[in-house]
Amino acid sequence: MKIKKLDSFMQGVFLISALISVMAIILIGIFVFGGGIPFIAEYGLSNFLLGEKWTPSNTPAAFGILPMIIGSVTVTLGAIVIGVPVGVLTAVFMAEFCPTKLYKVLKPAVNLMAAIPSIVYGFFALQLIVPFMRRLFGGTGMNMLTVILLLGIMILPTIIGMSESAIRAVPKSYYSGSLALGASHERSIMKVSLPAAKSGVLSSVILGIGRAIGETMAVVLVAGNQPRIPDSLTQGVRTLTTNIVLEMSYATGQHREALIATAVVLFGFILVINGIFLLIKRKEAIR
Amino acid sequence: MKFNRYNKLAIAFISTIFLAACSPLEGEESITAVGSSALQPLVEAAGEQYGSENFGKFINVQGGGSGTGLGQIAADAVDIGNSDIFAEEKSGIDASKLVDHRVAVVGITPIVTPEVGVTDISLENLSKIFTGEITNWKELGGKNLPITVLNRSSGSGTRATFDRWVLTEGSKSIVTQEQESSGTVRQIVASTPGTISYVAFSYVDDTVKALSIDGVKPTDKNVKKNKWIIWSYEHMYTNGEPVGLTKDFLDYILSDEVQNTLIGALGYIPTNQMEFERDAKGMTTEVLKKTEQKSD
Repeated sequence: MKIKKLDSFMQGVFLISALISVMAIILIGIFVFGGGIPFIAEYGLSNFLLGEKWTPSNTPAAFGILPMIIGSVTVTLGAIVIGVPVGVLTAVFMAEFCPTKLYKVLKPAVNLMAAIPSIVYGFFALQLIVPFMRRLFGGTGMNMLTVILLLGIMILPTIIGMSESAIRAVPKSYYSGSLALGASHERSIMKVSLPAAKSGVLSSVILGIGRAIGETMAVVLVAGNQPRIPDSLTQGVRTLTTNIVLEMSYATGQHREALIATAVVLFGFILVINGIFLLIKRKEAIR
Repeated sequence: MKFNRYNKLAIAFISTIFLAACSPLEGEESITAVGSSALQPLVEAAGEQYGSENFGKFINVQGGGSGTGLGQIAADAVDIGNSDIFAEEKSGIDASKLVDHRVAVVGITPIVTPEVGVTDISLENLSKIFTGEITNWKELGGKNLPITVLNRSSGSGTRATFDRWVLTEGSKSIVTQEQESSGTVRQIVASTPGTISYVAFSYVDDTVKALSIDGVKPTDKNVKKNKWIIWSYEHMYTNGEPVGLTKDFLDYILSDEVQNTLIGALGYIPTNQMEFERDAKGMTTEVLKKTEQKSD
């Protein structure tokens, strides 16, 4: 009887713990959408999303976030182009080829990469990648390529970690079956094990996209932050996240609402990305 | 799952923990000042000093920027709102109820990478750099090096002051690199050849070069005489006339004790040493010195 009481008491504690995270996400949603939607309604959705000018201090002020949307999407795609091949190949190596001794170093190193605060990545990029880009392309060295390289590195732990466990989760019988049919070790891994882990690898890419598009503190240091549509990869860029962090402290009135509306757009991007992630997961579960 | 009384007990238990943190201790008093990051070090230092002299009185200081400070004080959500600019200059702020306390003055100077080969610049040419008419240092007698302009982000008090006093009327800065804090601006100017930006005097160090304008050096003395025109007040706004601890603390910051020691030591210029004053519209007038009238 006593144990039963304790059980239901603890059940309550667990329930409340679970509710806290749900409540948090609901509150964030209410705050962001409640703060941003009125502005978007007033300013006009197409003016806001497709406007090419962001000049909050001018009279009349212009709040077009197309440059930031293009910036965010471009650097994220670039980061994927760099991060995915490196990350997936690293994951294959770690799961199938890596000698145990090396693995004992490599695995903690990748985990550590995930734990490094993003501002530290930012300083690393500012001290190392920026001067390198400056020597390569001239100018300030703060351009889209710098951001892409930085984000490509930053999404590695996400991609490596998830892809590796996906590859490890492929039943050993696939691999041995392939060997029995005469394929080599390498061929079996690349043609059988890796394709079988496809949905897990794809999930890791989606989460990598989420990480890249949401990254702020590292990007703001090295992006240049010019609010205009860049013509080339060697020009500076401003992303949705950096737009918010650059100006939030100074913004009042409509300017502030415009920044919260920027967060709405970012939130929308994240919802779509997570939606795709869930879809892939569900497909995998059905299979 | 059924909500029996143990669930309720659990809820009550957890809410008690959360609420327990809210009750203040007897006899203690505190106020909160929020806003300008340029003013934050001063208010923090003064607050600490005040707290050590007045037992049980606490001054909580938070940053967040001038916009936050003005917004919060206009909404009466805090006791003091710190700002680099006049409340009247900021759109979307109802300044009618706010009371201004000018606790200090900051001078702002253009800074460049040391190797550009230019140490003095005319105000007109400085404006032309920021509006994109001059794009190479050699046009100003310096090295053949393209000029990179770096601005503070839109809405920053430092930028508003710089734009107000440097850019010719009606013109706007070109779209440039932007950074959020003075510290980052200084680091980027120091490490990127040919870059120009601007910071408060207290941020200038050996890694960057402060330019003189039309032969006038960026010094506290020149600001006091208004020979160096790029300066602004640090405002501490209250919603209505201050009372109680808020009034006491503001009096403390404005007292000679703080003005003549702490403010100078932290790189600000004491308001009471200014020979000129300005209003929200930018009209600058000479202050009649009481001390001089008193002498002899």
